[in-house]
Amino acid sequence: MKQFIGFLKKEFLHIFRDPRTMMIIFLLPIVQLLLFGKVINTDIQNSRIAILDQSHDNTTREITSKLVSSGYFVLGDELMPGDDVEDVFRKGKVKMVVTFGPEFEKSLERDGKADVQLLADASDPNTARILTNYASGIINDYVKKEKLQNLQLPNQINTEVRMLYNEGLKSVYMFVPGIMAMILMLISAMMTSISISKEKELGTMEVLLASPLKPIQIVLGKVTPYLLLSFINALTIILIGVFIFGVPIKGSFVFLMAESFLFIMMALSLGILISTIAPNQMVAMFISVLALMLPTILLSGFMFPIENMPLPLRILSHAMPPRWFIVIIKNIMLKGTGILFVWKETLILMFMTFVFIALSIKNFKIRLE
Amino acid sequence: METVIEVRNLVKKFGSFVANDHLNFDVYQGEIFGFLGANGAGKTTAMKILCGLSSPTSGEAKVAGFDIYKETEKVKRNIGYMSQKFSLYEDLTVAENIRFFSGVYGISPADRKEKQDKLLKDLGLESAKDSLIGSLPLGWKQKLAFSVAIFHDPKIVFLDEPTGGVDPITRRKFWDLIYEASDRGITVFVTTHYMDEAEYCNRVSIMNAGRIEALDTPENLKKQYSAKNMDEVFLKIARNTE
Repeated sequence: MKQFIGFLKKEFLHIFRDPRTMMIIFLLPIVQLLLFGKVINTDIQNSRIAILDQSHDNTTREITSKLVSSGYFVLGDELMPGDDVEDVFRKGKVKMVVTFGPEFEKSLERDGKADVQLLADASDPNTARILTNYASGIINDYVKKEKLQNLQLPNQINTEVRMLYNEGLKSVYMFVPGIMAMILMLISAMMTSISISKEKELGTMEVLLASPLKPIQIVLGKVTPYLLLSFINALTIILIGVFIFGVPIKGSFVFLMAESFLFIMMALSLGILISTIAPNQMVAMFISVLALMLPTILLSGFMFPIENMPLPLRILSHAMPPRWFIVIIKNIMLKGTGILFVWKETLILMFMTFVFIALSIKNFKIRLE
Repeated sequence: METVIEVRNLVKKFGSFVANDHLNFDVYQGEIFGFLGANGAGKTTAMKILCGLSSPTSGEAKVAGFDIYKETEKVKRNIGYMSQKFSLYEDLTVAENIRFFSGVYGISPADRKEKQDKLLKDLGLESAKDSLIGSLPLGWKQKLAFSVAIFHDPKIVFLDEPTGGVDPITRRKFWDLIYEASDRGITVFVTTHYMDEAEYCNRVSIMNAGRIEALDTPENLKKQYSAKNMDEVFLKIARNTE
């Protein structure tokens, strides 16, 4: 045990003495989270819209004020019939034009049917889609609540949209789990694999193996500091998510941390596995970035929805541990579910951990023989 | 003389390649045993087996009186090892390196302090106690690495090409350290391919293609092969076996 504590002290000295390691461990998670949360913000706020109102009745005015008071839109130009709509877009400030047909209120009351046209600037397709979704949602909502209460008329504007669990479509709800998966992968897997292969590269690994330390003590000694640091990182990310970005934790906090712990263990064993393959730090880093970081970002469903991927990539995404972890934390944080709903994903992560450890032991034995 | 290393019919194969072909030799307490051979002759493989870094395919070996198969732990407690890369942590200070390796070998803090003070005084490195290893000149690193490898007073110290890439003066100084260790009763097992260093050993074995071709004192080997120096001995052996 004394030997082991001495080993840990040495590991922490390595970590605290290397400014790059310190930056990756303590600064990177915060910077990443703030960047994704604040800068790369796909949320819609204060988008400028123009209104072309051919009716000028109460209903159209009310809808307009609903749109503006939603916070998503600000009113730009009031257009007149015959204005060049394209010219409005070309000036670039207006993102969407809302056109009410003539006699809007009357035809709504008479036929239960009225025309609204939402014209969006689809040169930015994502924003366009979100804007039209929001606007049609607001209009529908208004028509339903205010106008059709007593009328048993079919709703003719068929764009019912409701966002469950993330009604504001806040992208940070998606980024917090994604960043957490990414950072934990980076620190647990990449940093351990680099720190173990560094000992190989410097020749100190041979000295350690020739010493009375058992191989398992060496590996645990190398891994434990990163386990602690990753756990602190997981906590930091969750705290920033909750207190700065207002992401809820609807489920059990203890359960959330337990699942994070499992994911860290998985990533650590992956890091050990990489270090049994990589002869030096460069290779370890290369494998980590290519085999871990990019797939985490691209294939885990963190940035791009898995459903939209071509079949081979969709199949490949099953082998990505973060994919399962992201499902788990989203479930716990946003939906408040317990183990009953994520036991499958949890088992998959456990299985992966087991496989990585088994492969590491096998590789290690081959090297010794 | 007490035998500290006993090797019988040691074989190590990597697939069909035979790295060590039935090695047989003894090493005696306190001697400097030179383990010579060209690159790839199999000397590092044999050394790694004796240090417990690798396991043999067949054969028997005892190091410090312990069986290398069954008593690996005890073997490791009684040996020191220094690889060709000096193997100290560059980002730790001299004192921190000593503290770490003392901890690994279970030396108590009080003993450590006493020995550390003596060691730094002997080496004239007292002022460097709190300097990072990375900031020290190569010759100092090498001396320190050797001193750390024998800090726990092992019975045997294994040196794997300890003087690779070092200038002749530093090499000579390093051998002074080896003599001192040998005087203290520590057996030194050293691999090298510098033939001038072979002259400094009490006995040398010369390996070629996985087999030990000759084993004796440098004087006897020179007589036997009627050679002026060890360089010639080595070349003659290499030619004979081709």
